[in-house]
Amino acid sequence: MINFQYSRAADVADAILLLTAHPGAKLIAGGTNLIDLMKENVEQPSWLIDISRLPLRKIEETADGGLRIGALVPNSDFAYHPLIEQRYPLVASAILAGASAQLRNMASVGGNLMQRTRCAYFYDTATPCNKRTHGSGCSAIDGLNRNHAILGTSAACIATNPSDMSVALAALGAFVHIAGPSGERTIALTDFHRLPGDTPHIDTNLDTGEIITAIELPPRGFAHNYSYLKVRDRLSYAFALVSVAAALELEGNAISEARVALGGVAHKPWRSFEAEAALRGQAATVEHFSHAADFLLQGARASAHNGFKVELARRAIVRTLMQAASATPQSQAHKKIA
Amino acid sequence: MNAYVGTATSRVDGRAKVTGAAKYAGEFTVDGLVHGFVVEATIPRGRIARLDTSEALKVTGVLDVLTHAHRPPLADKVEAWKDEVAPDEGSPFRPLYDDIIKFNGQPIALVVATEWETAKFAATLVRVEYQEDHTFATELETGRNRATEVKRPHEPRGDAAGALAGAAMRHEADYFVPTEHHNPMELFATTAVWDGNGRLTVYDKTQGVLNVHRYLCGVLDKQPDEIRVLSPYVGGAFGSGLRPQYQVVLATLGALALKRSVRVVLTRQQMYGLGYRPATIEHVGLGAKPDGALEAVMHEATAVTSRYEDFARNDSGWAEQLYKSRNSHYSHKVVRLDVSTPCDMRAPGAASGVCALECAMDELAVALKLDPIELRLKCYSDRDQSEDLPYTSKQLRECYARGAEAFGWSKRNPAARSMRDDKELVGWGMATGVWEALQMPVAVRIVLTANGHAEVFCAASDIGTGTYTIVAQVAADALGLPIENISVKLADSTLPQAPVEGGSWMAASSAHAVLGAAEDIRQELARLASAMPSSPLAGIDAAEVILVDGTIASNGEKSRAVPITDAMRYGKLERIEKHKLNHFAEDKSHARNTHSAVFAEVKVDEQLGVIRVTRVVSAVAAGRILNTKTGRSQIMGGVVWGIGMALHEETVMDHRFGRIMNANIAEYHIPVNADIHDIDVIFVDERDDHINRLGVKGLGEIGIVGVPAAIANAVYHATGKRIRRFPITLDKLLT
Repeated sequence: MINFQYSRAADVADAILLLTAHPGAKLIAGGTNLIDLMKENVEQPSWLIDISRLPLRKIEETADGGLRIGALVPNSDFAYHPLIEQRYPLVASAILAGASAQLRNMASVGGNLMQRTRCAYFYDTATPCNKRTHGSGCSAIDGLNRNHAILGTSAACIATNPSDMSVALAALGAFVHIAGPSGERTIALTDFHRLPGDTPHIDTNLDTGEIITAIELPPRGFAHNYSYLKVRDRLSYAFALVSVAAALELEGNAISEARVALGGVAHKPWRSFEAEAALRGQAATVEHFSHAADFLLQGARASAHNGFKVELARRAIVRTLMQAASATPQSQAHKKIA
Repeated sequence: MNAYVGTATSRVDGRAKVTGAAKYAGEFTVDGLVHGFVVEATIPRGRIARLDTSEALKVTGVLDVLTHAHRPPLADKVEAWKDEVAPDEGSPFRPLYDDIIKFNGQPIALVVATEWETAKFAATLVRVEYQEDHTFATELETGRNRATEVKRPHEPRGDAAGALAGAAMRHEADYFVPTEHHNPMELFATTAVWDGNGRLTVYDKTQGVLNVHRYLCGVLDKQPDEIRVLSPYVGGAFGSGLRPQYQVVLATLGALALKRSVRVVLTRQQMYGLGYRPATIEHVGLGAKPDGALEAVMHEATAVTSRYEDFARNDSGWAEQLYKSRNSHYSHKVVRLDVSTPCDMRAPGAASGVCALECAMDELAVALKLDPIELRLKCYSDRDQSEDLPYTSKQLRECYARGAEAFGWSKRNPAARSMRDDKELVGWGMATGVWEALQMPVAVRIVLTANGHAEVFCAASDIGTGTYTIVAQVAADALGLPIENISVKLADSTLPQAPVEGGSWMAASSAHAVLGAAEDIRQELARLASAMPSSPLAGIDAAEVILVDGTIASNGEKSRAVPITDAMRYGKLERIEKHKLNHFAEDKSHARNTHSAVFAEVKVDEQLGVIRVTRVVSAVAAGRILNTKTGRSQIMGGVVWGIGMALHEETVMDHRFGRIMNANIAEYHIPVNADIHDIDVIFVDERDDHINRLGVKGLGEIGIVGVPAAIANAVYHATGKRIRRFPITLDKLLT
C-alpha cells in the first residue's frame, strides 16, 4: 500500500471541498473495495477523505411514496429494512445475492455503486489495462475473457460492473442524489454508470468533487411479482456470470408493467426499454419472455471465452421472468434455483 | 488395552487451536523482530538487467533490500539445494541466487523493514529492468508434442496396444485436469530468530522440520547445531509444505544479513508462485470383452513440469491395483515449461490419474450397458498385477456393497437423463479410490515421570491431520494412562527423527514408534514391579505384564497389579526415558493399499446448467481407524476437495504473459458452504494382521481419490453430457 493523507470530512460540504482541493483524493466509507484495490496498488489515492461519519444513514419515505436511502446505509441494513423487505423485495434479494454477510455489513450503498470491475487484468498491475492506466491497452479482449461483457463493449474495454444491488435498482428505475461544487442534482441510476467507450477509466458520470448522498426508489416496488437470479460458478460468494432482475405487474395473466435488468454482461446494469415495452400487454409466457430476451441481447458480441453468456443470459432472463410471473422469487438462502 | 485407539477422541490440541493459544510460524514474536516483503518477477523468462533498490532504501524504516547481488553467501553446489523430496532430475530453484528468471512470480528481492507495511510499500519502489526472453512457453496443450517420457510407473505387461486395437469394446479418450493450487488457510511464513553468533531458531510452516533443517544447513553452510527448526502447528499444507519453500531461505538470509530476527509472511497471491498440482492430460484406453472383462489398459499421463526440475508422480498405473487385465501399459511424460516446479498435492498422481481412469471405466460401462459397479466387480483384482502379489488386506468389495447400500444405488435407473426432480436433472455416479499404505522410519522418545505423566517427543509435523491426537491415544493405551497424562511435543528438529509428513504414512509410522518406546518402558516397569518386596507380580514373566489404569498388572489377572508410581518410587526413578525407532519388517510378499468406493448424487438445473452435489457417500477401507472422529473429518475434507476438483478449482494462466490471472481465493474457486450438502463417511471393517501390529494404513490421501470421477460420472448420468475437461463448469453443459 502506498502512503496517503487522511482526513475526516466534517459534513458533506467539507467532503466536497476536500475532494475538489485534492485531485488525487478518494472518498472512503466501508472501504470494502477501495482498501483491497489499494493493497494491490491498483488504486493509489494521495488522500483519503473519510465520510463514514457523515449523517447519511437514514432510510426515509419521500413525499410521493418512494424511499430515500442515505448513501452510507450499510448494504445489510438496506436489505433487511422492513420497508425494503415489504415494498422492494427485489432490492433486498439482489443485495443478499452479493458478497458475504461481513462485507455487506461494512459496505455502504453509495460505495456499492462505486465498486470497480473484477477484471483480472485490472487487478494485476503487471499487465496492460485501459481502465487502470488509460491508453495502456486491453489485455482481456484477446486474453482470458470468460467473465467479461457481451453488451455495450468497446475496442478499449470489455469489463463488467460487478454490483448486484445496482441491477435491481436499475430495474426499479431508482435515482441517485448527488451533491457537488455546483449544488445538488439527481440522475437516473441507469445514467449513473457509463459504457466504456474510449474512456474506460471513467466508470461513472460523477463530476469532479461530486459525492453520492442518497439513492431514491420510486413508489412502484413490484413487491408481488419479482425475482433476482444470479448465475455463477459456485453457489455463493462468486460474481455473477449473468444475473437478472425481473419485476412485473400483472392483470390476470397479462403484463401491465415489466422491468428487466441484467448484471454480469456489461459495463453497467443493462436494461432495455424496448424489451419492457414489448412485454406490456402480453401474456406472461415463455414465448413472450424469449422475445424480451431477444431485445435485451440485441447487439450482444461475444469474445473468445464468453460466448456461453449469450445463451445463458437468454435462458436466465426467461427463467427469472417466469419466477417473477409465478410469484416464486429466487431465494438467496436456498441455493437451489427456483 | 484400547481405551483410546479406535475411538472418537477429540483433538488434544483442539482447545489451543480455537483459543489462539496454538502459535503458527508467522506468530512467534521476539524483541527487535523486523519484517521482510518479497518482490516478485513479472516476466516468466529472462534475466534481471537492472535492479535498483535506491528508492526503496530511502524509505524511513527500511533496513536493507536483499537481492542476488546483495546477500549473504548461498551454496553454489546443486546438491546442497536438494531437499529430501526434491525430484531426482534437475536443479532446484535457488531464491536470490542469480539474475536468471525462471518463472513469473519468482522472488527477486526481499525488502526488510521495521514494519511489515513499510516493507510492503518500499517493495513497490524497487525498480526492475529485464532482459526478456520472449521464447517462453507456459501452456501444456501446445507443448504436448514435445513431451518427454520420464517414468513408467510399472513395466508393460503383454501387448496392450495390440489387445486394445483388437478388443470387442474399446474406449479411448483424453481427460484434462487443470493446474490447481493448495491454498492452505495459513499463509506460508517463517520467523527466523537471531540467537547471536550466526545461530538461528527458525519457526517455519513446513511438513518436515528435519528436511528444512538439513536444507538450511546445506544452503547456508551451517553446522547442525547452529540452526533449529520448529513448526509446532501447521494450518494446512496438503503437500505444499513438503519441500522447503523460498520464504524460509529469504527469512534466514535476512536474519544473517542483518544479524537480527526477521519474519517473512507470503501474501495469498505470492503463494501461487509456490508448487501446485500440475495440469495433466490423461490419455486412457480400455479394451474389453462384451461381458466387461478387461483385455487392455493403457494410461499415459502428460503433465506440466518446470524447465529446471522433472516433477513426476504416478498418475497412471493405478489400474494395476484395481482391475484385472492381461495387457497393460503405463507411462508418464512431462512438458518442461517456464513455470515453477509442481509439487505434491493431496493424493499426488492418483487424484488426477484415478479420476481419468474412473471416468473411463464409467464410459466403458455405458458402452457395454453394464452397471458401473458390476463392471468393476467383473474386473476386480485380488492381486496387485504388476508385482503379482496378494494384498495385506483389500475390502474394496465391501466398500462397493456398503456404499451402494447406504446410497440406495439399486434404485438407479441406468439410462442417462432418466431421473429428475422438478427442474433439475438427477444423476448418480460412482468411482473407485485407491492409495498406498506406506510406512516410514520414525523415532520417538517417551519420558515417563514418577507422577504418572508421560511426554512423547518426535520431530514429525502435525499438519492439521491429528498427529498430536493419535500419538497421545496410542501412548495412553500403551502406557495404561489417561490421555490427560500424556503430552506430545512435535515438529522440532532437535527431536527424534521423522520424515516429512505426507503420503498418508505418518499415522502408522508414528504410532508404531510410540508402541516400540512404550514397550521398552513396559519391560522396565515390569522388572521394577516384580522385584518389589512382596510384589503381587513377583516372579512374573515380563511378557505377561501389561500397563493398565496407571498400574503394572498381570495380563491374566488384573487384580495382581502395582501402581506405576509405586514401582518408580521403589526403583528411585524420577523418570524413565526410552528412545525408539519403529521397525517394520522388510516384507515384499504383499501389496499395501487403501481403497474406497465413492457415490455421488448431482442435481443439474436443466435450463441453466447449475450443478449441485446433493449427496456423497464415501466407503473407505483403510485398516484400523485410529480415531474415528479425526478420521471422519479427514475423509470429509477429501470429499469437499474432490467436489472442488470436479466443479470449481482451476488455476488460470494467461499464456501470453505466462502469468496466473486468478491468484487469489476470490477468483480461484473452492467450494463454499452453499456447495456442500450431505457427506456420509463409512469406514468398512478391515482387519489387517499383516501390515503392522496395529493394522493401521493411513487416511490422508484416500478421501479425495475417486471423488471427482464419481461427480463427473453423475453429471453424465444426469445430463447425458460427458465432460472430460475439469472443472465441470456450467458453460460446458450449455453447449
